[in-house]
Amino acid sequence: MKISPEEVARVARLARLDLSEEKVELFSGQLGDILDYMDKLGEVETAEVEPLYSPVEHVTVLRPDETAKEYSREEILSNAPETDGSHFIVPRIV
Amino acid sequence: MSELHQKTLTELRSLLLAGKATAEQAVSDCLGRIEATEPSVRALLQVRGEDALAEARELDKAGPDPQKPLWGIPLAVKDVLCTRGQRTTCGSRILENFTPVFDATAVARLREAGAVLVGKTNMDEFAMGSSTENSAYFPTRNPWALDRVPGGSSGGSGATVAARQCPAALGTDTGGSIRLPASFCGLVGLKPTYGRVSRFGMVAYGSSLDQIGPMTRCVEDAARVLGVIAGHDPRDSTSVDRPVPDYVAALEQRSDLSGLRIGLPEEYWGEGLAPEVAAACGAAVEKMRALGATTVPVKLSMTQYAIATYYIVAMAEASSNLARFDGVRYGYRNREASELIDMYTRSRTEGFGDEVQRRIIIGTYVLSSGYYDAYYRKAAQVRRLLREDFLKAFESCDLIAGPVCPTTAFKVGDKADPLQMYLMDIFTISANLAGLPGMSLPVGLGAESGMPVGLQLMGPSFSEESMLAAAHCLEQALPPLPAPSL
Repeated sequence: MKISPEEVARVARLARLDLSEEKVELFSGQLGDILDYMDKLGEVETAEVEPLYSPVEHVTVLRPDETAKEYSREEILSNAPETDGSHFIVPRIV
Repeated sequence: MSELHQKTLTELRSLLLAGKATAEQAVSDCLGRIEATEPSVRALLQVRGEDALAEARELDKAGPDPQKPLWGIPLAVKDVLCTRGQRTTCGSRILENFTPVFDATAVARLREAGAVLVGKTNMDEFAMGSSTENSAYFPTRNPWALDRVPGGSSGGSGATVAARQCPAALGTDTGGSIRLPASFCGLVGLKPTYGRVSRFGMVAYGSSLDQIGPMTRCVEDAARVLGVIAGHDPRDSTSVDRPVPDYVAALEQRSDLSGLRIGLPEEYWGEGLAPEVAAACGAAVEKMRALGATTVPVKLSMTQYAIATYYIVAMAEASSNLARFDGVRYGYRNREASELIDMYTRSRTEGFGDEVQRRIIIGTYVLSSGYYDAYYRKAAQVRRLLREDFLKAFESCDLIAGPVCPTTAFKVGDKADPLQMYLMDIFTISANLAGLPGMSLPVGLGAESGMPVGLQLMGPSFSEESMLAAAHCLEQALPPLPAPSL
């Protein structure tokens, strides 16, 4: 399976990555090889097989719906690139 | 007391509890060793010098506490584990300035057990790689031969323990990232059963595959560290609520291997194995027979599909997990963008390295509409078949033995092609897909390269006790590896 440079660029945009033209070319070659390798799975008959998404197949874990304040606002904001002391600041949206 | 850094964790613990060494001496000796060897090995992203010494002095003030299994022991942890007040970068530029306000559960448990954190170890960026060449900061070298890789992605943890900078370190294993560097660096590395150790506070790569485990210089040390970090954690819904056995006591269960059935999968012992690896692992299996074990051939016929299955699952989960890096709450932010989407895109493009970007793109692709069934769902189906292969094999054997990797440590820069690098994980990734425990035990040096060779043991879920007991018994019967001449 080949993956075109246009397709790599499109998927990169979906993933919020902006690749240079050279990198798009490089990746499309490498990704083509990797996807070719993955296509090997087509050989396996799986029509009746239930997918296994996690090796721990126990029931959904629930806990009491109680709020807990484990961290201060200051701590939560301490790693943010930009804050006003109360909120995360992001570039203008509208 | 000099040369404390040469001691295993178990030896050091005896000295500390007997009052023959202080925690401060243990930490200070490790820091001295770090200073001497770090310029050539480069295993650590951060060293806690004064802070670690101050913590050690506090411990000494209160005196040795036999209730604390790691009292006064200097330890390092992979930089993918959150450490309160200590930078946690995941080997990535995007987290260059990230200082968590909490400890990962495994780290908190080490501290409660009396351990002193001396450093954060280097790693492939976001644990993606098999050589520690993918760190955004610098590559780590193998202490046995500085022109070779230590393996990845926990290569910093492997190198720091092999270089005698500290007696034990924590690594994480998504597709072999504890066992591979353990094999390359001549260490014991254990990936526990999925769910045995809480993943809370570990920066997620492949959430259904990741597991934290010890890297040590002997089996007893691994048992001690595992006993501390294992156990249920309400903060991780995938951690299993099941009592933690006394792994150290379990080592005494065996004086030989009689009654133990070892499965030898033909898929692990065939073509493509370097002759020196086949010879060293083969001799170790012979030794197990001499100790009373019987061997049985088993079939793991899905092995040929393991790598493709693994990379689809891992990259899909990675693309989803790494979506949280958006430059808003933590991590690198591009300051020039004037609108939100552009800020996300520029921050991620500048913050993530090539291998991470490659995996995000493949992961996004295999999850995208039109390809989801063909790739992700298909891989999840094959994953079940892979696990069924193991469950069937364990009907006729107690443990499976095979090599960890087809070769010994390769040279830095040798595997430039990503696909070629992915193939290094052929023998380790099945255990992650199936959620089973696996370990690497050093069994000698390769006749050709002179580099360490690891034998891999795999067992049914929650068989760590019997696996460690068997490994301990074999370890006692094998000549010990020399220390790397560093």
